[in-house]
Amino acid sequence: MLLRIHNLQAGIEEKEILKGINLEIQPGEVHAIMGPNGSGKSTLASVLAGRQDYNVTGGSVTFNGKDLLELSPEARAAEGLFLSFQYPVEIPGLSTTNFIKTAVNEVRKYRGEEPLDAVAFLKMMKEKMALMEMDQAMLSRSLNEGFSGGEKKRNEIFQMAMLQPKLAILDETDSGLDIDAIRIVANGVNKLRSKDNAVLVITHYQRLLDYLVPDVIHVLYNGRIVKTGTKELALELEEKGYDFIKNEVNSL
Amino acid sequence: MNQTDYLKARFEQLQQEEPGGNLAAVRSKAFSAFERMGIPTVRNEEWKYTRISGLFNKEYTLAADIAALSSNDLTTYQLPAHEEANVLVFVNGIFAEQHSVIRSAGISIQLLELAAKNEYAPIVAAHFDHSSSYVNDGINALNTALLHGGIFVHVAKNKVIEHPVYIYHISDARNTPVLAQPRSLVYLSENTQLQLAETYITIGGSGSFTNQVMEVVVEKDAQLSYYKIQNDSADASQVNTTHIRQTGTSVVNVVTISLNGGIVRNNLHAVMEASHAEAHLYGLYFQQGNSHIDNHTVVDNVVPHCQSNELYKGILDNNATGVFNGKIFVRKDAQKTNAFQSNKNVLLSDAASVNTKPQLEIYADDVKCSHGCTVGSLDEEGLFYLQSRGIPYKAAIALLLQGFAMDILEKIRLEPIRAYVTELIAQRLTAESI
Repeated sequence: MLLRIHNLQAGIEEKEILKGINLEIQPGEVHAIMGPNGSGKSTLASVLAGRQDYNVTGGSVTFNGKDLLELSPEARAAEGLFLSFQYPVEIPGLSTTNFIKTAVNEVRKYRGEEPLDAVAFLKMMKEKMALMEMDQAMLSRSLNEGFSGGEKKRNEIFQMAMLQPKLAILDETDSGLDIDAIRIVANGVNKLRSKDNAVLVITHYQRLLDYLVPDVIHVLYNGRIVKTGTKELALELEEKGYDFIKNEVNSL
Repeated sequence: MNQTDYLKARFEQLQQEEPGGNLAAVRSKAFSAFERMGIPTVRNEEWKYTRISGLFNKEYTLAADIAALSSNDLTTYQLPAHEEANVLVFVNGIFAEQHSVIRSAGISIQLLELAAKNEYAPIVAAHFDHSSSYVNDGINALNTALLHGGIFVHVAKNKVIEHPVYIYHISDARNTPVLAQPRSLVYLSENTQLQLAETYITIGGSGSFTNQVMEVVVEKDAQLSYYKIQNDSADASQVNTTHIRQTGTSVVNVVTISLNGGIVRNNLHAVMEASHAEAHLYGLYFQQGNSHIDNHTVVDNVVPHCQSNELYKGILDNNATGVFNGKIFVRKDAQKTNAFQSNKNVLLSDAASVNTKPQLEIYADDVKCSHGCTVGSLDEEGLFYLQSRGIPYKAAIALLLQGFAMDILEKIRLEPIRAYVTELIAQRLTAESI
């Protein structure tokens, strides 16, 4: 088992947002979490990545055999968890190259590995740049500063490619992207998939799932997973809207 | 005995040693001004947030025993690429010829006292002490009143000075506290280029106070780059006045880096007296402990079509305090002025503080002026973003702050100096215990 979330409850300040999430992900799987706005999708992603604004009030998360909630955000990353941000942050004065080099080597240090030498790093970077259809000029610019929405999301997946996580959480990676950008992003993720890693796609729409086909789809509503199914569930949601889920849940 | 009686004794001694000449009269007038105005207090609006009266509670050594310093003593403090640079050394504010080297053709250096009497006398007469009409206070007058061992730097017409001029200010405080009052007048003739890098070093533990006045004249088609590095010890304070007159259409680029010191007050003036002159004033301050940094800038647009650009960025930690005051004057005739100003601050502790104030006085009606200031803490979202990629908290803070400082560091176009300052900041960030 790669990720096991058991009865996870979390919120922000006094407000309870996640009201008992249960989810299990095996290596090699792609899971999607869908749900209406405000259902708790991004909260789940944030809690897993270790964002401090959120309080965990109950439950447990085991990642790769470790108690995830006990780890700092950087240790979670080094253990192999990756969050693709819904809104990647602009960092003035820090080039993407310098940033990703620091990140790769810090993760290696955590794992007791030597830092990558310049040649090996450059080779790896060139490979991943090609994968995401990015150029050197873009990586020399300040991280995400002045990037278009599509460039920012491509940069997220580029970072994922460089860090080679065991579990990648894609938080609304498709939001605001045109179809070409979605194709590049999804194509990148697909090429990074293997039997040893897994992907958790968080999305409001079915569109991304045309390219990134999930094994399992969960519907999150009001802080709980209320329905789990196969990829056909996404089509049903797209067709009927989230109201059918809401009605189903509310009638229980 | 009055706390400043020894200053008067010094003044009288200097007048006796170097009687006559133009400068004796200048000193005399300045000493009267000093006596009249005294050391500025916080009641003076220009000194509202910077209290220097306490610095005058002790008696300082005003003279210099230059022979007491060996060349070896100075080697420790050399800036990178020192071997190729033109070097000017001041000891306790007094020019030390035996430690100084001029390598480039086209620059000549001499004591101000001499320049006031020889062929440069008209230049000295026209420009010396021009700063006092912009900082009309006792501390500026004191520098002029006790003028001794100051220098005149002349760059001959059409000369591009390839190698920079490094200016070292050494305060020898091994036995007694030192009041150093370096004074310089730098003249860039028509169509010249000059790069200056200046640094301050206090040796010994008795403390120092540097009251510097640097006046620069930049003629037509001349370019000046001026890098000031303030990284002296915590018991070294300074009032640093840099007064630049752009008498011709010229380009001036000044970067002031303030990393340590007790109380540091900088007055930086760009007086733009020729159309299409350009002035770029940049500053980076990163202070810890109980340090106080005050940057007062003046950009004076006297004629039409001048352009100025000001960006000051600051990081304040522990109990450090900062002040930024940016005056921009646009005189009645200075139509089509383009003047921009920005001051950005990051506070790393609850006890750190900054007072920032833009001050625009615009008397022309067709100008573009903008100003802005920000004060905030570190960007939490940025911090989390870096951590989420495996970068530990402390390293993430260092990267964010380095990024914050980057657009100022990039303005240092003298590569060894930029590398040196970048490294100083990196070391500070590694040691930082936030």
